[in-house]
Amino acid sequence: MGEFIMENRYILGIESSCDETAASIVKNGCEIVSNVVSSQIESHKRFGGVVPEIASRHHVEQVTMVIEEALAQANMKPEDLDAVAVTEGPGLVGALLIGINAAKAFAFANGLPLVGVHHIAGHIYANTLMQPMEFPLLALVVSGGHTELVLMKDHGSFELIGETRDDAAGEAYDKVARVLNIQYPGGPHIDRMAHESEEAVKFPRVWLEEGSYDFSFSGLKSAVINYKHNAEQRGIEINPLHVAKGFQDSVVEVLTAKTLRAAREFNVKQVIAAGGVSANKGLRKSLEETFNNEGIPFYVPPLKLCTDNAAMIAAAGTFMFASGERSDMAMNGRPGMELVSWND
Amino acid sequence: MIWLGIDTSNSPLAVAIVKDGQVVAEEVTNIKLNHSIGAMPAIERLFERVKMKPADVDAIAVGEGPGSYTGVRIGVTIAKTLAWTLKKPLVGISSLKLLVANAALYNGVVCSIIDARRQNVYAGAYDTQVDLVAVVEDGHYSLQGLLDKLKDLNAPVMFVGHDVELFWEAIQAEIGDNAIRAPYTLDLPSASQLIHLADQQELPAIEAVHSFVPQYRRLAEAEANWLKEQKGQK
Repeated sequence: MGEFIMENRYILGIESSCDETAASIVKNGCEIVSNVVSSQIESHKRFGGVVPEIASRHHVEQVTMVIEEALAQANMKPEDLDAVAVTEGPGLVGALLIGINAAKAFAFANGLPLVGVHHIAGHIYANTLMQPMEFPLLALVVSGGHTELVLMKDHGSFELIGETRDDAAGEAYDKVARVLNIQYPGGPHIDRMAHESEEAVKFPRVWLEEGSYDFSFSGLKSAVINYKHNAEQRGIEINPLHVAKGFQDSVVEVLTAKTLRAAREFNVKQVIAAGGVSANKGLRKSLEETFNNEGIPFYVPPLKLCTDNAAMIAAAGTFMFASGERSDMAMNGRPGMELVSWND
Repeated sequence: MIWLGIDTSNSPLAVAIVKDGQVVAEEVTNIKLNHSIGAMPAIERLFERVKMKPADVDAIAVGEGPGSYTGVRIGVTIAKTLAWTLKKPLVGISSLKLLVANAALYNGVVCSIIDARRQNVYAGAYDTQVDLVAVVEDGHYSLQGLLDKLKDLNAPVMFVGHDVELFWEAIQAEIGDNAIRAPYTLDLPSASQLIHLADQQELPAIEAVHSFVPQYRRLAEAEANWLKEQKGQK
């Protein structure tokens, strides 16, 4: 495997694992024909985070309109499609079920094959929408629910070499944002604040045991909370910009260093970043500079393909479909789904 | 005229195809199988048995709730997506009225009950003598609140639905001899019944499918709390 001959294959992708209802049509796994995302972020802001039941209610309201818009933007009809790909997991189960059942009903009504896609495989395959993958490839997946280093020796082959032992990077950003009384979603705000500051509070770097590619961010989060409490007890005003920069510096340094060490050890030809936190400017800049110096090609998708979208699900679904992967009408939502290779 | 009916608003699963006023095929199960696993295979099986294609369907009926939030959404999502992509009208029917209709041959007030946990119920009471007019509107009630309303009717009430079992002692204690229990053969929703009710309504425009939403009859907990906070601040 490795090289596919794609003959004008059009896949509809559907994604509803968290708070975006999305549909997209992708040609040959590499070309976006249409890409529609309906975000619920405004609705969840008042609650300070995503409320699963509210997310599910919005998905039901949006799902058929979003799919229709994806077809309309592509100027295509259901019969022009080759398959339907949908996020099977992980994610919020009630939210996943809307995309899954819409995908099943659509596939059934139009006689199309169905492929269930792992959300993280989707994030990784967002990169095929920019440039072809070259193997071995190292992917740093960073989002609100994930912090993982994944080694790929071929399409559809995933080897988890490191992951977070507690909070995901994005989760740590949101929690620190709450400590600093920053409105949800906190990640982008902290990134912006870090850029506005020269000075940084010195927070610890958590490397874990020697040689480990795992991550831990809960200690760092606690360090930020302690710093704030100590300052409050002494009646000292903290500078949120300095805290934001200190926190971001720590996260970015650890993510970059571990990714670099893994890229060297496994002698990879390409390093990619994926997931919502790869939209973080501080992280993008650090990884770009590091791998530029190292002489290893580094790619990160444009911002709109870093956050949740259905083009990435269609892209991964296309490669799965080409490998003969199929799902049936009994597909269920899998909130804790593991990233398993489809090509061993 | 070919109808497809789907109800997954509570733990039973009901699907049926009705053609020109005749039930062609119907399936109902009450085995607590997750609807995401069970519903689409049941629909697929139904079409295979009757040798029809999805495109042969002229209209779709769905149980719109109230009931299990997730269950209602699975049925509505499937029905909505099928109706939209097949360009057919979609009719929603109250899952409470659907149960009451099972007892339509009884002359009097029929009340259907769906467990909403913590001594709360979704319930609706309809008068079968005047074309299923609502006597107690579909809603989310405390069990006591519902029974108080029914007691005030001072008339016999027939109870229907497979969750009646859970509350039967309390119902009898409150309403006494005016409480009548429907036979268990009427306790599960029937998708042909669903189609029968839908068929009596005017078909909505095909364009209305996009804005079709479940009738939860209850705010999400987070939203209810949020509204309370807003009021408190005023």
